[in-house]
Amino acid sequence: MSAAVATQTVTADRAAVVAPQTPGRQFTAILRRLVLYLTLIILAIIFIGPFAWLISNSLKDAAHVFDATWIPQPVHWDNYVTMFQAAPLLQGLRNSVIVAVLAVSSVVVSSSMVAYGLARLRFPGSNIVFLGVLATMMLPGAVTMVPVYLIFKQLHMVNTFQPLWVGNLFGSPFYIFLLRQFFLTIPQEIVEAARVDGANYYRVFISIMLPLVRPAMLAVAIFEFQGSWNNFMGPLIYLQDPNLRTLPLLLQIFVGSLGQGGQMLWNLLFAVSVMITIPMILIFFVTQKYFIQGIATTGLKG
Amino acid sequence: MSTPSLAESDQRGRPAATVAAPGALKPTRRSHLQREEAVAGLVFVLPFILGFMIFTAGPMLASLYLSFTSYDVLNPPVWVGLHNYRQMVGDQLWLKSLGNTFFYAFLHVPLAMLTALGLALLLNTRVRGLSFFRTAFYLPTITPVVAASVLWLRILGSQNGLLNAALGLLHIPGPSWLLDANWVKPALVIFGIWGVGGTMVIYLAALQQVPKEMHEAAVVDGANPFQRFVSITIPMISGVLFFTLVLGSIGALQLFTQAYIIFPVDGSSTHEAGPQNSALFYVPNLFEQAFSYFHMGYASALAWILFIIIMIITLIQVRGSRRFVYTEASRE
Repeated sequence: MSAAVATQTVTADRAAVVAPQTPGRQFTAILRRLVLYLTLIILAIIFIGPFAWLISNSLKDAAHVFDATWIPQPVHWDNYVTMFQAAPLLQGLRNSVIVAVLAVSSVVVSSSMVAYGLARLRFPGSNIVFLGVLATMMLPGAVTMVPVYLIFKQLHMVNTFQPLWVGNLFGSPFYIFLLRQFFLTIPQEIVEAARVDGANYYRVFISIMLPLVRPAMLAVAIFEFQGSWNNFMGPLIYLQDPNLRTLPLLLQIFVGSLGQGGQMLWNLLFAVSVMITIPMILIFFVTQKYFIQGIATTGLKG
Repeated sequence: MSTPSLAESDQRGRPAATVAAPGALKPTRRSHLQREEAVAGLVFVLPFILGFMIFTAGPMLASLYLSFTSYDVLNPPVWVGLHNYRQMVGDQLWLKSLGNTFFYAFLHVPLAMLTALGLALLLNTRVRGLSFFRTAFYLPTITPVVAASVLWLRILGSQNGLLNAALGLLHIPGPSWLLDANWVKPALVIFGIWGVGGTMVIYLAALQQVPKEMHEAAVVDGANPFQRFVSITIPMISGVLFFTLVLGSIGALQLFTQAYIIFPVDGSSTHEAGPQNSALFYVPNLFEQAFSYFHMGYASALAWILFIIIMIITLIQVRGSRRFVYTEASRE
């Protein structure tokens, strides 16, 4: 409905240039605009509120956590130091980073290879492969959860990081789909020129195609980092060794331990939650353009 | 694959020069080039084909086989025929998890889509500070699910919880979201709606692609804002709406992390997920069967039934979409 409001404002603006406006209509236009901004601001507060509350309570002492104030008095920055004693966070951070780096690098390379093959090369059965990509995209992960676990168990990879990333060596359907859309837009003339110069398809892929789809590859890298950083079910299934726990798993175990102990540690739990979120927020603000573009493309071309 | 004749122009818009000089390219050379391309193509997609066989098709078949067996990982699987599927019918936990999951999905998916669409429409009005508002609405989705679940565990708390404090400002007495079996699933739906930012970004991008001329023409024809919304905006973004409906439903039916963290089975004295198992969902139940009890055969049967349920729901959505999704092709 507000799209309509906009169009009306646009037409109203135009009309204002051409013919003198009656003060009444101008007043309604301003009022509409005012209501729109008021609504947006209230909604923004609702969406950001929980965040602010998280940060605020992570800076309070145990006795004052969840009191009705928003500004902690005094501000307990030391919570962010104490939390490292409450849980092996440095080790968790190290584990999370290792898994994320392996997951991201493998999936970016493999997915762009497959996407290039599907988008630019003609070979028998390419349609079937593309259908396979689409079907896998729709397949609920829960269906393969048990047998995939049994495979990794067979390979003695339970309690290693491998189950959390080796699947990425074979490409991921979502990213293949996203990258394929980008490969399709590259003009064939550029490829022809290189082919005439004697470059084979592998050279074309590495020296011409990849540099041109770099923004899309970055979007894929960001999504996969997010996916790996957030991954909870994978570590829950595969990492029983306490030394291998990633941050989400550590946080969940930390919450579980509260059930038995006191309610005193909520401020630290919130501090850990903030710490886990900060890398994502930093990445989001630095790469916002690619982030938004990538999400929009997945939806639009889907 | 059919061999295109030399005179035929290439689908991918290669410059005509390579085709227009028949003397330069002998048929053998041409077919050699085609073979080279076909080999390269297969090499590039090989990872996916291998991965599909190892991590998708193979496990699917293995899971189908296991669903007819009794298997505890330590001893070899024993064939039990349809026993697992028959057991399901009398399994109160499974029935409960199925009902809860449907309840959640039917509530969550439409509400999330409506909220995302509402936000996108508000932002598609040439507002100042667009990127600020977009960031505000998107921020929750980049919060790791585990961290967000910890946060919402407290937001939904009946004592000093943020949600009931906010409702208190409006003089609405909030329920005990986490302790009242009737409010557990609505609570998770509200938590889910906090994370609609991704869908909103997709809708906003789609809305920005609706040609302005269409709306202007409709204004000239005397269409009111509501008519324009129904007959221009909705059809033009129907493809995207459909995409998010399908993926949103598949996601909602597989709800796991939030429920597992906010309503842990281990944490409750009665070994229930939420009061009277009101937060027992399909995948967490499957997970328990597989990795707590090591009922791998039964868990595989549960997985296959979930797969069939999701297939049926997706098919219904695809069929339904033919009536309302607008495409360039259906215009003719």
